Amino acid sequence: MPLSKTKRIPIDISSAQVPRGRVFTIPSRCKQCNFCIEFCPTDVLAYSKEINEKGYHFPIVAEGKEEACVHCRFCDLICPELAIYTQEVVVAAEPQEQSP
Amino acid sequence: MNVTPASRETVVDSHPADGLMRADRLPHILCPGCGIGSIAHCYIDAVARSGIGEDRHVCVSGIGCSGRAAGYVNVDSYHTTHGRAIPFAMGIAVQNPSLVVTVISGDGDLTSIGGNHFIHAARRNVALNVICINNFNYGMTGGQAGPTTPRSAKSSTTPFGCWERPFNLPHLAEAVGASFVARWTTLHVRQLQDAILYSMNKTGFRFIEVLSPCPTGFGRPNDIGDGLTEMQNYMRRCVVDEDADLRDTEIDLTHPDSRIVVGNFVDLDCPSFHPALTEPPPPPRSAAAWAAVRPTQFRAS
Repeated sequence: MPLSKTKRIPIDISSAQVPRGRVFTIPSRCKQCNFCIEFCPTDVLAYSKEINEKGYHFPIVAEGKEEACVHCRFCDLICPELAIYTQEVVVAAEPQEQSP
Repeated sequence: MNVTPASRETVVDSHPADGLMRADRLPHILCPGCGIGSIAHCYIDAVARSGIGEDRHVCVSGIGCSGRAAGYVNVDSYHTTHGRAIPFAMGIAVQNPSLVVTVISGDGDLTSIGGNHFIHAARRNVALNVICINNFNYGMTGGQAGPTTPRSAKSSTTPFGCWERPFNLPHLAEAVGASFVARWTTLHVRQLQDAILYSMNKTGFRFIEVLSPCPTGFGRPNDIGDGLTEMQNYMRRCVVDEDADLRDTEIDLTHPDSRIVVGNFVDLDCPSFHPALTEPPPPPRSAAAWAAVRPTQFRAS
Protein backbone atom coordinates (compact mmCIF):
# COMPACT_ATOMS: atom_id res chain seq x y z
CA MET A 1 0.00 0.00 0.00
CA PRO A 2 1.43 3.39 -0.84
CA LEU A 3 2.13 5.31 2.34
CA SER A 4 3.61 8.37 0.71
CA LYS A 5 1.13 10.76 2.38
CA THR A 6 0.63 9.04 5.70
CA LYS A 7 2.93 9.51 8.63
CA ARG A 8 2.00 6.51 10.70
CA ILE A 9 2.14 2.86 9.68
CA PRO A 10 -0.63 0.73 11.20
CA ILE A 11 0.67 -2.13 13.30
CA ASP A 12 -1.56 -4.64 11.52
CA ILE A 13 -0.56 -3.52 8.03
CA SER A 14 0.79 -6.96 7.14
CA SER A 15 -2.40 -8.82 8.04
CA ALA A 16 -5.10 -6.24 7.25
CA GLN A 17 -6.75 -6.48 3.88
CA VAL A 18 -6.67 -3.19 2.04
CA PRO A 19 -10.02 -2.55 0.34
CA ARG A 20 -10.13 -1.83 -3.34
CA GLY A 21 -12.30 0.80 -4.86
CA ARG A 22 -13.47 1.99 -8.21
CA VAL A 23 -13.91 5.62 -9.16
CA PHE A 24 -17.10 6.99 -10.69
CA THR A 25 -17.25 10.54 -11.98
CA ILE A 26 -19.92 12.94 -13.19
CA PRO A 27 -17.87 15.27 -15.41
CA SER A 28 -20.68 17.72 -16.14
CA ARG A 29 -20.85 18.76 -12.46
CA CYS A 30 -17.11 19.32 -11.97
CA LYS A 31 -15.81 22.88 -11.43
CA GLN A 32 -12.13 21.94 -11.19
CA CYS A 33 -11.62 22.90 -7.55
CA ASN A 34 -8.85 20.25 -7.45
CA PHE A 35 -9.76 19.03 -3.95
CA CYS A 36 -10.15 15.39 -4.99
CA ILE A 37 -6.92 15.33 -6.98
CA GLU A 38 -4.88 17.09 -4.30
CA PHE A 39 -6.17 15.26 -1.23
CA CYS A 40 -6.42 11.70 -2.57
CA PRO A 41 -4.19 9.75 -0.16
CA THR A 42 -3.02 7.40 -2.88
CA ASP A 43 -2.77 9.93 -5.73
CA VAL A 44 -5.21 8.04 -7.88
CA LEU A 45 -6.66 11.03 -9.71
CA ALA A 46 -5.35 13.38 -12.37
CA TYR A 47 -6.77 16.05 -14.68
CA SER A 48 -8.45 15.06 -17.88
CA LYS A 49 -7.22 16.45 -21.16
CA GLU A 50 -10.80 17.04 -22.23
CA ILE A 51 -13.02 19.77 -20.82
CA ASN A 52 -16.65 19.57 -19.78
CA GLU A 53 -19.50 21.82 -20.92
CA LYS A 54 -18.30 24.70 -18.73
CA GLY A 55 -14.66 24.43 -19.76
CA TYR A 56 -13.30 22.68 -16.67
CA HIS A 57 -10.89 19.77 -16.63
CA PHE A 58 -12.49 17.02 -14.57
CA PRO A 59 -10.75 14.23 -12.63
CA ILE A 60 -9.84 10.93 -14.20
CA VAL A 61 -7.89 7.95 -12.91
CA ALA A 62 -4.20 8.54 -13.59
CA GLU A 63 -2.07 6.28 -15.76
CA GLY A 64 -0.89 3.28 -13.83
CA LYS A 65 -3.21 3.97 -10.86
CA GLU A 66 -6.05 1.76 -12.02
CA GLU A 67 -5.79 -0.48 -8.97
CA ALA A 68 -4.61 2.09 -6.42
CA CYS A 69 -7.99 3.30 -5.10
CA VAL A 70 -8.61 2.05 -1.56
CA HIS A 71 -12.24 3.24 -1.31
CA CYS A 72 -11.55 5.70 1.51
CA ARG A 73 -14.35 7.94 0.16
CA PHE A 74 -12.40 11.11 0.86
CA CYS A 75 -12.87 12.40 -2.70
CA ASP A 76 -16.57 11.65 -2.39
CA LEU A 77 -16.98 13.56 0.88
CA ILE A 78 -14.79 16.52 0.03
CA CYS A 79 -16.25 17.13 -3.44
CA PRO A 80 -18.48 20.22 -3.15
CA GLU A 81 -20.34 19.27 -6.32
CA LEU A 82 -21.17 15.59 -5.71
CA ALA A 83 -19.26 14.91 -8.91
CA ILE A 84 -17.20 11.90 -7.83
CA TYR A 85 -17.68 8.82 -5.69
CA THR A 86 -16.15 5.42 -5.19
CA GLN A 87 -17.55 1.96 -4.75
CA GLU A 88 -15.86 -0.97 -3.13
CA VAL A 89 -14.75 -3.71 -5.47
CA VAL A 90 -14.95 -7.15 -3.96
CA VAL A 91 -11.90 -8.93 -5.26
CA ALA A 92 -12.47 -12.65 -5.56
CA ALA A 93 -10.05 -14.74 -3.57
CA GLU A 94 -7.25 -16.14 -5.64
CA PRO A 95 -8.04 -19.71 -6.66
CA GLN A 96 -6.07 -22.15 -4.59
CA GLU A 97 -3.99 -24.77 -6.32
CA GLN A 98 -5.92 -27.96 -6.59
CA SER A 99 -4.21 -31.08 -5.47
CA PRO A 100 -4.01 -33.72 -8.20
CA MET B 1 -22.44 -4.52 -10.36
CA ASN B 2 -19.99 -6.42 -12.47
CA VAL B 3 -16.84 -4.35 -12.20
CA THR B 4 -13.32 -5.21 -12.99
CA PRO B 5 -10.79 -3.64 -10.66
CA ALA B 6 -8.22 -2.92 -13.33
CA SER B 7 -10.33 -0.39 -15.17
CA ARG B 8 -10.27 3.38 -15.35
CA GLU B 9 -12.95 5.67 -13.93
CA THR B 10 -16.51 5.19 -15.00
CA VAL B 11 -18.52 8.15 -16.20
CA VAL B 12 -22.03 8.18 -14.77
CA ASP B 13 -24.75 10.80 -14.60
CA SER B 14 -25.92 10.52 -10.99
CA HIS B 15 -24.46 10.26 -7.50
CA PRO B 16 -25.64 7.77 -4.83
CA ALA B 17 -26.43 10.72 -2.53
CA ASP B 18 -28.59 12.43 -5.15
CA GLY B 19 -31.71 11.21 -3.39
CA LEU B 20 -31.04 13.58 -0.51
CA MET B 21 -30.09 16.48 -2.76
CA ARG B 22 -32.27 18.33 -5.21
CA ALA B 23 -30.22 16.85 -8.01
CA ASP B 24 -32.07 18.72 -10.71
CA ARG B 25 -30.53 21.92 -9.29
CA LEU B 26 -26.96 20.61 -9.58
CA PRO B 27 -24.38 21.85 -10.37
CA HIS B 28 -25.06 24.55 -7.80
CA ILE B 29 -24.33 28.27 -8.12
CA LEU B 30 -21.41 28.34 -5.68
CA CYS B 31 -17.94 29.27 -6.89
CA PRO B 32 -15.26 26.68 -7.71
CA GLY B 33 -13.30 26.05 -4.52
CA CYS B 34 -16.13 27.06 -2.19
CA GLY B 35 -16.64 24.64 0.71
CA ILE B 36 -20.38 25.02 1.20
CA GLY B 37 -21.10 22.09 -1.11
CA SER B 38 -18.84 19.84 0.97
CA ILE B 39 -20.68 20.85 4.14
CA ALA B 40 -24.07 20.18 2.55
CA HIS B 41 -22.71 16.81 1.44
CA CYS B 42 -21.54 16.03 4.99
CA TYR B 43 -24.96 17.06 6.29
CA ILE B 44 -26.89 14.77 3.94
CA ASP B 45 -24.49 11.92 4.67
CA ALA B 46 -25.13 12.46 8.38
CA VAL B 47 -28.89 12.51 7.67
CA ALA B 48 -28.58 9.19 5.85
CA ARG B 49 -26.52 7.67 8.68
CA SER B 50 -28.60 9.11 11.52
CA GLY B 51 -31.24 6.39 11.47
CA ILE B 52 -33.84 9.14 11.84
CA GLY B 53 -36.32 9.25 8.98
CA GLU B 54 -35.83 11.95 6.38
CA ASP B 55 -39.32 13.21 7.13
CA ARG B 56 -38.17 14.15 10.64
CA HIS B 57 -35.24 16.27 9.47
CA VAL B 58 -35.71 19.98 8.85
CA CYS B 59 -33.06 22.29 7.42
CA VAL B 60 -33.35 26.05 7.89
CA SER B 61 -31.02 28.65 6.48
CA GLY B 62 -30.77 32.41 6.32
CA ILE B 63 -29.44 34.69 3.62
CA GLY B 64 -26.07 34.52 1.92
CA CYS B 65 -24.09 31.95 0.02
CA SER B 66 -24.53 29.53 2.91
CA GLY B 67 -28.24 30.15 2.83
CA ARG B 68 -28.38 28.33 -0.48
CA ALA B 69 -27.62 25.07 1.33
CA ALA B 70 -31.22 24.61 2.42
CA GLY B 71 -32.30 24.97 -1.18
CA TYR B 72 -30.15 22.07 -2.31
CA VAL B 73 -30.86 19.47 0.37
CA ASN B 74 -33.90 17.32 -0.21
CA VAL B 75 -35.40 17.39 3.27
CA ASP B 76 -38.04 19.83 4.50
CA SER B 77 -36.15 23.07 4.20
CA TYR B 78 -36.76 26.77 4.62
CA HIS B 79 -34.83 29.75 3.29
CA THR B 80 -35.69 32.49 5.74
CA THR B 81 -35.04 36.22 5.89
CA HIS B 82 -31.65 37.66 6.80
CA GLY B 83 -30.52 36.68 10.29
CA ARG B 84 -33.82 35.06 11.20
CA ALA B 85 -32.92 31.42 10.59
CA ILE B 86 -32.64 30.67 14.31
CA PRO B 87 -35.97 32.18 15.43
CA PHE B 88 -37.72 30.45 12.53
CA ALA B 89 -36.06 27.14 13.44
CA MET B 90 -36.84 27.73 17.10
CA GLY B 91 -40.53 27.91 16.28
CA ILE B 92 -40.32 24.56 14.51
CA ALA B 93 -38.28 22.91 17.28
CA VAL B 94 -40.50 24.14 20.11
CA GLN B 95 -43.76 23.38 18.32
CA ASN B 96 -42.74 19.86 17.31
CA PRO B 97 -39.92 18.49 19.49
CA SER B 98 -39.82 15.22 17.53
CA LEU B 99 -38.18 16.98 14.57
CA VAL B 100 -34.41 17.28 14.19
CA VAL B 101 -33.95 20.91 13.19
CA THR B 102 -30.64 21.93 11.64
CA VAL B 103 -29.73 25.52 10.86
CA ILE B 104 -27.10 25.86 8.12
CA SER B 105 -26.11 29.45 7.68
CA GLY B 106 -23.17 31.78 7.43
CA ASP B 107 -21.14 33.67 9.99
CA GLY B 108 -22.61 37.03 9.03
CA ASP B 109 -26.18 35.81 9.04
CA LEU B 110 -25.92 33.96 12.35
CA THR B 111 -23.64 36.15 14.42
CA SER B 112 -24.04 39.63 12.98
CA ILE B 113 -27.50 40.19 11.58
CA GLY B 114 -28.90 37.37 13.71
CA GLY B 115 -26.46 37.75 16.58
CA ASN B 116 -29.05 38.35 19.27
CA HIS B 117 -31.16 35.44 18.12
CA PHE B 118 -28.09 33.25 18.29
CA ILE B 119 -27.12 34.14 21.84
CA HIS B 120 -30.65 33.95 23.19
CA ALA B 121 -31.41 30.62 21.53
CA ALA B 122 -28.21 29.28 23.10
CA ARG B 123 -29.09 30.85 26.45
CA ARG B 124 -32.50 29.15 26.39
CA ASN B 125 -30.89 25.92 25.14
CA VAL B 126 -33.37 25.44 22.32
CA ALA B 127 -33.07 22.05 20.60
CA LEU B 128 -31.28 23.27 17.48
CA ASN B 129 -28.33 21.94 15.55
CA VAL B 130 -26.58 25.04 14.23
CA ILE B 131 -23.91 24.67 11.53
CA CYS B 132 -22.21 28.02 11.06
CA ILE B 133 -20.24 28.20 7.82
CA ASN B 134 -17.49 30.70 8.51
CA ASN B 135 -15.84 32.08 5.39
CA PHE B 136 -14.55 35.25 7.15
CA ASN B 137 -16.51 37.72 5.03
CA TYR B 138 -19.86 38.55 3.43
CA GLY B 139 -19.23 36.57 0.27
CA MET B 140 -22.47 36.97 -1.64
CA THR B 141 -22.65 40.76 -1.40
CA GLY B 142 -19.09 41.37 -2.57
CA GLY B 143 -16.59 40.39 0.10
CA GLN B 144 -17.28 42.98 2.81
CA ALA B 145 -15.71 42.61 6.26
CA GLY B 146 -17.92 40.78 8.73
CA PRO B 147 -17.87 39.93 12.41
CA THR B 148 -15.41 37.08 11.86
CA THR B 149 -12.97 38.80 9.50
CA PRO B 150 -9.57 38.28 11.15
CA ARG B 151 -7.45 41.25 12.11
CA SER B 152 -5.40 42.69 9.25
CA ALA B 153 -7.31 40.65 6.65
CA LYS B 154 -8.28 42.67 3.62
CA SER B 155 -11.78 42.88 2.29
CA SER B 156 -13.70 45.22 0.01
CA THR B 157 -14.62 47.45 2.98
CA THR B 158 -11.24 47.14 4.73
CA PRO B 159 -8.77 47.54 1.85
CA PHE B 160 -5.89 48.31 4.25
CA GLY B 161 -6.67 45.43 6.59
CA CYS B 162 -9.38 44.85 9.14
CA TRP B 163 -8.79 46.70 12.41
CA GLU B 164 -11.65 45.17 14.31
CA ARG B 165 -11.39 42.31 16.72
CA PRO B 166 -13.21 39.27 15.28
CA PHE B 167 -15.63 36.97 17.03
CA ASN B 168 -14.21 33.77 18.45
CA LEU B 169 -17.31 31.73 17.74
CA PRO B 170 -16.64 28.58 19.84
CA HIS B 171 -15.87 30.78 22.84
CA LEU B 172 -19.01 32.82 22.22
CA ALA B 173 -21.15 29.69 21.92
CA GLU B 174 -19.73 28.20 25.09
CA ALA B 175 -20.13 31.44 27.00
CA VAL B 176 -23.81 31.77 26.11
CA GLY B 177 -24.57 28.19 27.10
CA ALA B 178 -24.47 25.87 24.08
CA SER B 179 -24.50 22.20 25.04
CA PHE B 180 -22.22 21.07 22.20
CA VAL B 181 -19.55 23.22 20.58
CA ALA B 182 -17.21 22.12 17.81
CA ARG B 183 -15.05 23.70 15.16
CA TRP B 184 -13.91 21.91 12.01
CA THR B 185 -12.96 22.94 8.52
CA THR B 186 -14.13 21.70 5.15
CA LEU B 187 -10.92 19.70 5.02
CA HIS B 188 -11.96 17.68 8.10
CA VAL B 189 -14.93 16.14 6.33
CA ARG B 190 -14.97 12.93 8.33
CA GLN B 191 -14.76 14.65 11.69
CA LEU B 192 -17.34 17.18 10.56
CA GLN B 193 -19.71 14.46 9.45
CA ASP B 194 -19.28 12.62 12.76
CA ALA B 195 -19.82 15.85 14.69
CA ILE B 196 -23.01 16.61 12.77
CA LEU B 197 -24.23 13.05 13.30
CA TYR B 198 -23.39 13.16 17.00
CA SER B 199 -25.10 16.49 17.50
CA MET B 200 -28.24 15.26 15.72
CA ASN B 201 -28.75 12.82 18.58
CA LYS B 202 -28.12 15.35 21.34
CA THR B 203 -30.47 17.65 23.20
CA GLY B 204 -30.11 21.37 23.63
CA PHE B 205 -28.36 23.94 21.50
CA ARG B 206 -25.53 22.44 19.42
CA PHE B 207 -23.12 24.65 17.57
CA ILE B 208 -20.60 23.57 14.92
CA GLU B 209 -18.42 26.20 13.30
CA VAL B 210 -17.06 25.10 9.93
CA LEU B 211 -14.24 27.11 8.38
CA SER B 212 -14.76 27.21 4.65
CA PRO B 213 -12.66 28.61 1.83
CA CYS B 214 -14.06 31.60 0.00
CA PRO B 215 -11.72 32.12 -2.95
CA THR B 216 -13.78 34.93 -4.45
CA GLY B 217 -14.61 37.08 -1.44
CA PHE B 218 -11.81 36.36 1.02
CA GLY B 219 -9.05 34.65 -0.93
CA ARG B 220 -8.64 37.13 -3.75
CA PRO B 221 -8.03 40.33 -1.69
CA ASN B 222 -5.77 38.40 0.69
CA ASP B 223 -3.58 36.80 -1.99
CA ILE B 224 -4.61 33.29 -1.02
CA GLY B 225 -5.09 32.29 -4.62
CA ASP B 226 -7.77 29.68 -4.91
CA GLY B 227 -9.84 27.46 -2.66
CA LEU B 228 -7.25 24.72 -2.83
CA THR B 229 -4.57 27.02 -1.36
CA GLU B 230 -6.90 27.94 1.47
CA MET B 231 -7.53 24.24 2.13
CA GLN B 232 -3.78 23.62 2.17
CA ASN B 233 -3.48 26.46 4.68
CA TYR B 234 -6.03 24.68 6.87
CA MET B 235 -4.04 21.46 6.55
CA ARG B 236 -0.88 23.28 7.64
CA ARG B 237 -2.37 25.39 10.42
CA CYS B 238 -5.05 23.25 12.01
CA VAL B 239 -4.34 21.54 15.31
CA VAL B 240 -6.87 19.23 16.93
CA ASP B 241 -7.01 20.13 20.61
CA GLU B 242 -10.28 19.16 22.23
CA ASP B 243 -9.18 20.32 25.69
CA ALA B 244 -8.21 23.76 24.47
CA ASP B 245 -9.12 26.81 26.50
CA LEU B 246 -11.65 28.42 24.20
CA ARG B 247 -10.39 31.89 25.08
CA ASP B 248 -7.25 30.97 23.13
CA THR B 249 -8.93 29.67 19.98
CA GLU B 250 -9.20 33.00 18.22
CA ILE B 251 -8.22 32.79 14.56
CA ASP B 252 -5.23 34.96 13.78
CA LEU B 253 -4.09 34.96 10.18
CA THR B 254 -1.48 37.72 10.56
CA HIS B 255 1.28 35.27 11.36
CA PRO B 256 1.84 32.58 8.74
CA ASP B 257 2.49 29.94 11.40
CA SER B 258 -0.38 30.75 13.72
CA ARG B 259 -2.48 27.78 14.69
CA ILE B 260 -6.16 27.19 14.10
CA VAL B 261 -7.47 25.05 16.94
CA VAL B 262 -10.19 22.62 15.86
CA GLY B 263 -12.05 19.88 17.67
CA ASN B 264 -15.20 19.01 19.59
CA PHE B 265 -14.73 21.36 22.52
CA VAL B 266 -17.85 21.28 24.67
CA ASP B 267 -20.20 18.36 25.25
CA LEU B 268 -22.78 18.83 27.99
CA ASP B 269 -26.05 17.07 28.68
CA CYS B 270 -28.66 19.76 29.20
CA PRO B 271 -32.43 19.46 28.76
CA SER B 272 -33.80 21.29 25.76
CA PHE B 273 -35.94 24.37 26.14
CA HIS B 274 -39.64 23.75 25.92
CA PRO B 275 -42.08 26.17 27.51
CA ALA B 276 -44.66 23.53 28.38
CA LEU B 277 -42.25 20.90 29.65
CA THR B 278 -39.66 23.03 31.40
CA GLU B 279 -39.79 22.97 35.19
CA PRO B 280 -41.39 26.10 36.56
CA PRO B 281 -39.12 28.45 38.50
CA PRO B 282 -39.17 28.17 42.30
CA PRO B 283 -41.92 30.24 43.95
CA PRO B 284 -40.94 33.70 45.12
CA ARG B 285 -39.98 34.07 48.75
CA SER B 286 -42.57 35.32 51.15
CA ALA B 287 -42.16 38.68 52.83
CA ALA B 288 -41.26 36.95 56.08
CA ALA B 289 -38.51 34.95 54.34
CA TRP B 290 -37.09 38.11 52.79
CA ALA B 291 -37.13 39.82 56.15
CA ALA B 292 -35.10 36.95 57.57
CA VAL B 293 -32.59 37.12 54.73
CA ARG B 294 -32.04 40.85 54.39
CA PRO B 295 -30.25 41.69 57.61
CA THR B 296 -27.52 39.13 57.02
CA GLN B 297 -27.11 39.42 53.27
CA PHE B 298 -27.18 43.19 52.85
CA ARG B 299 -25.60 44.27 56.09
CA ALA B 300 -23.00 46.92 55.54
CA SER B 301 -19.60 45.72 56.56
